[in-house]
Amino acid sequence: MKPPLFDYLAPVSVEEAIAARARYQSSALLAGGQSLIPALNFRISHPEAVIDLKGIESLRGVELQGSEIVIGAMARHREVELDEAIFKANPLIRETLGHVAHIVIRNRGTVVGSLAHGDAAAEMPALFLATGGSVTARGPGGSREIAAGELYRFHLTTSLEPDELVTEARIPALPARTGWSFQEFARRRGDYALAGVCALITLEASGACQGARLSACGIASTPVRLVKAEEVLTGTSLETETVNEAGRAACAHVTAPDDNQTTSAFRKQLVQTLVTRTITRALARARARL
Amino acid sequence: MSTQRFGERVPRLNDAKLLRGQGCYVDDVPLPGAYHAVFLRSPFARARILSIDASAAREHPSVAAVYTCDDLGPLDQPLPMLSPHPAIIAARTQRPLARDEVFHVGQTVAMVIAVDRYTAEDALRLIDADYEPLPVTVDLASAAAPGAHPVHPDLTDNIVGHFAQRSGDPDGAFAKAEHVTSLRVRMDRSTAAPIETRAIAARWEAATGELTVWDTTQAPISIRDGLASILGLEENKLRVIAPDVGGGFGQKVMLFYPEEILVPWAAMRLARPVKYVEDRTENFIGSSQERTQIHEIQLAATKDGTVIGLKDSFLHDSGAFAPYGIEVPRVSASAIAGPYRIPNVDVEFKAIYTPTVPVTPFRGSGRPHACFALERAMDQLADELGLDRFELRRRNLIGPDEFPYVREGLKYVDDGTITYDSGQYPKALAMIEEAIDLERFRREKDAAAKEGRYLGLGLAFYMECTGLGPYDGCRIRVHPATGKVSVNTGLASQGQGHETVFAQIAADRLGVPIEDVIVAQGDTAAFDRGGGSHSSRSAVVGGNAVHKAAVRVRAQILETAARLMAVPEESLELADGRVTVKGANRFMTLAEIAIAANPLSSPFDRPAEVVSQYGTAGQELVTVGEGRAPGIEASAYYSPSASPWAYGVHAAIVEVDPDLCSIAFKRYLSVHDCGKMINPTIVEGQMIGGIAQGIGGAFYERLDYDEDGIITNASFMEFLMPYATEVPKIEIMHLETPSPANPLGIKGAGEAGTIAVPAVVASAVEDALKPLGVGRFHHAPLSPNMIFEAITRARAKAGG
Repeated sequence: MKPPLFDYLAPVSVEEAIAARARYQSSALLAGGQSLIPALNFRISHPEAVIDLKGIESLRGVELQGSEIVIGAMARHREVELDEAIFKANPLIRETLGHVAHIVIRNRGTVVGSLAHGDAAAEMPALFLATGGSVTARGPGGSREIAAGELYRFHLTTSLEPDELVTEARIPALPARTGWSFQEFARRRGDYALAGVCALITLEASGACQGARLSACGIASTPVRLVKAEEVLTGTSLETETVNEAGRAACAHVTAPDDNQTTSAFRKQLVQTLVTRTITRALARARARL
Repeated sequence: MSTQRFGERVPRLNDAKLLRGQGCYVDDVPLPGAYHAVFLRSPFARARILSIDASAAREHPSVAAVYTCDDLGPLDQPLPMLSPHPAIIAARTQRPLARDEVFHVGQTVAMVIAVDRYTAEDALRLIDADYEPLPVTVDLASAAAPGAHPVHPDLTDNIVGHFAQRSGDPDGAFAKAEHVTSLRVRMDRSTAAPIETRAIAARWEAATGELTVWDTTQAPISIRDGLASILGLEENKLRVIAPDVGGGFGQKVMLFYPEEILVPWAAMRLARPVKYVEDRTENFIGSSQERTQIHEIQLAATKDGTVIGLKDSFLHDSGAFAPYGIEVPRVSASAIAGPYRIPNVDVEFKAIYTPTVPVTPFRGSGRPHACFALERAMDQLADELGLDRFELRRRNLIGPDEFPYVREGLKYVDDGTITYDSGQYPKALAMIEEAIDLERFRREKDAAAKEGRYLGLGLAFYMECTGLGPYDGCRIRVHPATGKVSVNTGLASQGQGHETVFAQIAADRLGVPIEDVIVAQGDTAAFDRGGGSHSSRSAVVGGNAVHKAAVRVRAQILETAARLMAVPEESLELADGRVTVKGANRFMTLAEIAIAANPLSSPFDRPAEVVSQYGTAGQELVTVGEGRAPGIEASAYYSPSASPWAYGVHAAIVEVDPDLCSIAFKRYLSVHDCGKMINPTIVEGQMIGGIAQGIGGAFYERLDYDEDGIITNASFMEFLMPYATEVPKIEIMHLETPSPANPLGIKGAGEAGTIAVPAVVASAVEDALKPLGVGRFHHAPLSPNMIFEAITRARAKAGG
């Protein structure tokens, strides 16, 4: 469980990092290292070079810019979780981060690292989908924006190019009259979830459902928007039976096969339960904000 | 005045060092210039080795050597069979490095020695090993059935051994029974997963012919004796040290793991220190495991709930080799009737080879399985007879006046007839019943049910034969310069707290402050006769040896002081590190007495002059009297003639969420009796740690072997050890029934915590889900998916 030989680079600017990336056939970006280092030690990953981003000043920090939360590539989970301004702008972020591994891991791991890693069972990509965020990717040819819905292709596979680097992620602040909830089921506190669900319910002033954004992790080869459940809710007055129906509808999104923890049938029940519970919780919070 | 330290909550003497990271584990031992060893391990459960080409690895500039079985000379032979019981039909043990065939994923095939672990791992990938995979039968029941692929090519089936024993007249009891309950229970494969993996380092001094081995073993003396024999060294040229060790739980007591022979052998051959530190992946595939058994158990009862007979027939999974023979299932067989009278018992098992990691004792060692079978059967019997679970147990528990309680015909692993020494089983049950407050529980359960929540109460009793022989020893010496007391024992600690409890025992007898007792263990240079730390034996066997040696040293101190001060012994008092003449202002310190007892030709300092020819003490003191030894020092050995049986009862209140199929512990209670407690804080630590490990075995920890014999969850990401967040607060109640089996009245406490938990959790979940019509839980560990399937079946049945 020791990594193979690799070159180690510590650039101090994004330009330098991108140039370094271009020089190697294969390179890995080191941000928090909570996924990369184990992958290196297990020799699952054997890049020619590891490019450490921690010396790049411009990648640090998280801040609220207007109605957007801008998270630098080196902002640690814990930093984002504890930031009061971010919490006020979108409390779903703190609620979700509370389920990301353990504090010691959140102290090092980065939000952008998790988004770019694209683990289908990870919480933050699901939040990213539900909130409709975007990332900025920089490559040798310049920058581009990738919307959350366009980022995830498969488990650990994204639409990022091998020579690109995500410099920041943007997550919208919570819209008005909106309630939120993240809940998951993991075998142990802090584990990757067998299923996790993010819910945002926006009400009209009348109390009817103006819109619902639901997403899930751990149930498919990517994080998924639970559009079938969203469709059930939009425009309704969110009676209990409607919420339950949304839960049932969400099961159609479960495509993960049986594994040694969970059968597909059980996972569907988990999703149904979590969807029902998160909608109920989000709805209560939305009503409180009317 | 010194106070009695036995029984006190003395803070653990090693904690400050260990918690500050100042411990010295094998990997911390400084060995400049040491090579690092890594092992090529079989990727197949069964395969023929067609060829091993290590030439590229040997050419790697940082590689010192690559060894296969062909390089081992006389070492290339099967390792010792440690328990050659006559019921063993086919004894097979592994070779240090596989020859011709491999028998489980993870088996050692070649050893690479390089300048560091990184390059050793690089070189490992340069070895070209060609295998021809062979068909396998991994599942225990299938491996025991006709038509299974034999693990060992020279055998026609997979039977390691077949053992049967009976007590009373079980057939007669079943013929007379008014009710018989039958069930099949299963427990799955797990691993101890100590936080420190195994590690071995060795240094050979060619100039002196001395070999020093640092090993995470629980039994350094056994390793020394065995290694001396294998390597052809004199015992006094070979020192084995088990320094600070981070957990063992049975996994670290083996004679031998291949690495334990090969690393010292390589150090001798290369004349350079060699170090091997197992990584976590290797620990999952290369270090012993335990647990899989399938029991078919039956209880014969009268209608009033008196259990008159028990029959149990079970299969035990031995893994690919059986270095411990049939020890683990024999422990299961010895524990099968638990704390109940059950006068007629018939128990038999077959131990079965499977192409998996070898099975050796793991904390609990066969007992959790037996407890699971018996206690699940008791719950089922109670239901079938319409009796309360507590009441059924109460009617069958052995009473406090029935000791010694003998199960004629049933033997423990030391071949002694099972004889329970002492206990207050009904009182333990009453204590837990009262602590649960059944009325309150029923109210809470009803209130929860109205909110759609399901509370259940689980219950299980357990027994543990502790303090296995044959013996252990201790040498105590009072140091002349300081008056401090050395207590050298042959045991080894993996964190249990020996240094504290042995110091407590010695301090009491010798009248010294506990800080003045220095316990040495885990080092053959400190003491080199004894058995090691396992089988919940260190406190019982080691503790009583310390007691015996301390009694002797105390007598020496008083006798010497009386002689020196020319007063009768009866007038002396030993306390606070000095011997005082009662009622007089005269005393001698232990240091002075120790100096005076050791005549010198040339004094090394002023106080020592007294015992030299230049001193004033008089000529008669400057000799060692006939039959006496110089100094204040004595050795003693304790060899138990009877085994103390610890026992206890656990209960849990759990809430089951029928939608997420999760469980949450509301309460976990334990009543435990380990005889007289030397240190209640340490006993509680053992209980809490054991129960945490038991919770792992009840709901989390399960090794998933696929049908090819590959463990699919061999990492801490997927092998689910419970975190602190999964382990509830444990309510511990002590009951102290002094054991008549040994002078200190103590019983072992190391393994107890683990035994009952799977039965308790299954009992609680079953109780919680009864209102949904969910059936029984007879398979441990339970899992959310298992609960989901049970609820789904119940709903389908209700719907249909």
